[in-house]
Amino acid sequence: MKKNNTWILKGGRIIDPANHIDRTGDLWIKDGIIVEPGSFDSALAETLNLKGLVVTPGLIDMHVHLRQPGNTDAETIRTGTMAAAAGGFTSIVAMPNTSPCADNAGTIQYIKDFAAREGMVKVLPSGALSIGRKGEEMSPVGSLKAAGVVALTDDGCCIQNNELMRHVVEYAGNFGLPILEHCEDKFLAGDGVMHEGYWSVLLGMKAMPAAAEEVIVARDIILSRLANWKIHIQHISSRNSVKMIREAQAEGVRISAEATPHHIALTDVEIKRFDTNYKMNPPLREEEDRMAVIEGLQDGTIAVIATDHAPHTQTAKLVEFDHAPFGIIGLETAVPVALTELYHRNYLSLSQVISKFTVGPATILGINAGTLSVGGAADVTIIDPELEYTVDVNDFYSKSRNTPFNGYAAKGRTMATFVDGVCIFSLLKDSAADDEENR
Amino acid sequence: MDFQWTKKDLLDLYDLSRDEILHILNTAEEFKKVSQRNVKKVPALRGRTVVNLFVEPSTRTRVSFELAEQRLSADIINMNADVSSFRKGETLLDTLKNIQALQADIVVIRHQATGAPNFLARELNMGVVNAGDGAHSHPTQALLDIFTIREKKGRIEGLNVVIVGDILHSRVARSNVWGLIKLGANVTFAGPATLVPREFEKIGVRVCHNLKDALAEADVINLLRIQLERQQRGYFPSLGEYSRFFGIHPETLRCIKRDALIMHPGPINRGVEIDSEVADGPQSVILEQVTNGLAVRMAVLFLVAGCLK
Repeated sequence: MKKNNTWILKGGRIIDPANHIDRTGDLWIKDGIIVEPGSFDSALAETLNLKGLVVTPGLIDMHVHLRQPGNTDAETIRTGTMAAAAGGFTSIVAMPNTSPCADNAGTIQYIKDFAAREGMVKVLPSGALSIGRKGEEMSPVGSLKAAGVVALTDDGCCIQNNELMRHVVEYAGNFGLPILEHCEDKFLAGDGVMHEGYWSVLLGMKAMPAAAEEVIVARDIILSRLANWKIHIQHISSRNSVKMIREAQAEGVRISAEATPHHIALTDVEIKRFDTNYKMNPPLREEEDRMAVIEGLQDGTIAVIATDHAPHTQTAKLVEFDHAPFGIIGLETAVPVALTELYHRNYLSLSQVISKFTVGPATILGINAGTLSVGGAADVTIIDPELEYTVDVNDFYSKSRNTPFNGYAAKGRTMATFVDGVCIFSLLKDSAADDEENR
Repeated sequence: MDFQWTKKDLLDLYDLSRDEILHILNTAEEFKKVSQRNVKKVPALRGRTVVNLFVEPSTRTRVSFELAEQRLSADIINMNADVSSFRKGETLLDTLKNIQALQADIVVIRHQATGAPNFLARELNMGVVNAGDGAHSHPTQALLDIFTIREKKGRIEGLNVVIVGDILHSRVARSNVWGLIKLGANVTFAGPATLVPREFEKIGVRVCHNLKDALAEADVINLLRIQLERQQRGYFPSLGEYSRFFGIHPETLRCIKRDALIMHPGPINRGVEIDSEVADGPQSVILEQVTNGLAVRMAVLFLVAGCLK
C-alpha cells in the first residue's frame, strides 16, 4: 500500500528558525516535498487541522546509540528509530561504538542497509576517528566518507595522544567531515563513576573532576585553531568548558557544542540514591554547571541539544552503582524535558529551543535538513508545547528503560512526526498515522 | 526506655537520627555486659539466619560480626567473593534473592562498591547490615568508635575529635563524621591536601592540613590506616614522608592534651601513621575499640532483627 505523502497541515504555528519564520499558517506537502501553499489542487491532499499546535522542521538528534550491530538486546535500528519517531526526530546520527566498531566501510554499509529496510527515520551513520576507537591509529577516513558517514567520532573514548589527534583533525578536514568529540582525559577521569565535588566527597564515590573534560576541551580548541577545522564538543557538562568555547568562538575558532537534556535538567545531588539511571558520562555536575550550560544555550555558545541516547538492558543497569554501564536513553524525553526546563522556565523562546534541534545540528553536520524550505524533503514534527503529561517508561518504543525521567511531570510533547511527507507517528485525535502493522 | 527502633536495615549514620544513634549505643551497653559473663550467649536471635557476605575481604569486621551472631544464637552462613555464584557470573542481586528465598533474615554485607548495601536494601525484604561499602560508609565501626569515646569521656557533645589520614578514601571517617556531628562533637579532618578535601567544610567539619595545629586541642585522635597504593597513585611522595608529617610519634604526645584518646580502626601500620610506643601506650584505646565492636554489632543485629516480619 502506498503511503500518503501529500498533506495540507492547516493553521498551526509554523516555526522554522533557519528561515526566521514564526507565524501561523498552512504547510503544503506534495509527494514528500514541501511546496508553496496553493500550488496544487487541495482535493488531492489529506488535510490536518493543527490549530494550537506547533509545526517545526523534523528534529535532528546528532548523538544516538542504536546498538546495532552487536548489542541488540538493548536496542536495534528498528526500535531505536521508532523511539526517535515518537520523540519527533526525523534524522539521527548513529554513534560508531557498535560491535564490530563502525571504523570501516563494511559496517557503515550494514547500518545503512539495515536502516533503509527497517528504519523509521533517517539514520546518518558516523565513523570512528581511530581504529577500534582505541586512540592508536587513524581510521580509514576517506573510505568512511565514501561509504556515507556524516561525521567522525570516538564517542565514549577520547584520543589521548595529542599528535594523533592533530593529524586526525587535519585529515578529517581534508574530507570535510566534522569531528564529534567526547572530551575525557583518561588519567584525570580514572575509574570515576560520578562528578567530583561535594556529593562525591560525602558519598565516598570514585569521582571524575570537571577538569577531565576541560583539559580536552582546551586541547581541542587549540588543535581546531591549528588545523582550522570543525570540532564539535559532545555532551558539554562543565561551566569552564562553556566559558572556553564561548571565548574560542569569539576568536573565530571552528568549535561548536551540544548539551544533553539531562545536563540541562539534573545535577549530581541525585546520585545519593545510588540509582544507576543517573549514571552517565560525562556525569551530572553541579548547579553552577547546569546553569552555565543553560546560559551557553541562551547566548548561542551551545547550538545543539542532543540526547546521547544510550540504551542498556535492565540486567546491565540493576547492579551496584560502580558496576553499572554509563548512559541513559533520551529520544522519547528530549522534547518534553527541553520544553519544560528551557521554554516554560523562560530561559529560551520556543523558536530558540526548536533551533537547537534543527538548524543547529544541520549546520554543524553540513546536511540538507532542519528547515521547512520549499523544495526540501517534508520532514516535519508537530509539537504541542502546552500539553501536560507524566512520562511513563512503559509507553516507550525504545527497547530499553534506563531513564531518570520516569514519572517526570512534563509540559510539552511531540504529537506527530513526518518523514518525507509520510506520517510515521501520531498522537493526534484523528490519527493520520498508518496502522502499526504498516509501519 | 520508650524509644522504638523501626529500621530493617543499618546502612549509614547519615540516615539515623540522634535518638536512633543513642538507642544503639544504649543497647550496646547492655550487650557488653553479656560478654563479661561466664556464659557469653543469649537467645535473642535463636531461629534467625544471618548471612555474612564479604565480597571485599575482611578479617576483623567479619570475625566480630560472626562472633556477635554466635553470641546472639543466630544460624550463620558465610560467603565471600569466591562463592561459585559470583564466579559463574550471577549478579549480586540474584544471589541475594536466592538466599532470601531460603528464608534467611539478615545479610551482613561488605562490598567494594559504594552504595551496594543501599541498592540491596531497596530491592530485598531481608534486613541489610552494612559492614563497609567502598569509601562510603562503615556504620558499625563509627558506632563502636563513638561508643568507646562515650565510655571513656562520659559524653560526646563538645568534644574535639580529630580524624587523621586518608579521609578521601575512608568509609570510617565518612560514617564517624555524621554520628559525631549529630551528637554535638567538633570534628576536624587532618592530613595532606590530596587526601583531605575541603568540601567537608560545607557540613561543618574543620579541615586542617597541618597536624600540629589539628591536634593542639584534641580530646580524641582517630588515626586512619594509610595504604601503600595511595602513594603509587601519587597522593603523597612516600610512606616515610607521610609518617614524618602526618604520623603520630612519641614526640607528638608532648604537644597534645594528656587525656586525649588515641584511636585506630585497624589494622595499624606500625611506624607509618602510628608508632608502636603510641599504639601500645596509655592513651591508646585501640583494643578496647575491638572489644566494644562486638557489643555494638550484637546491638545492631538485635535491633534490626526486631523489625523483620
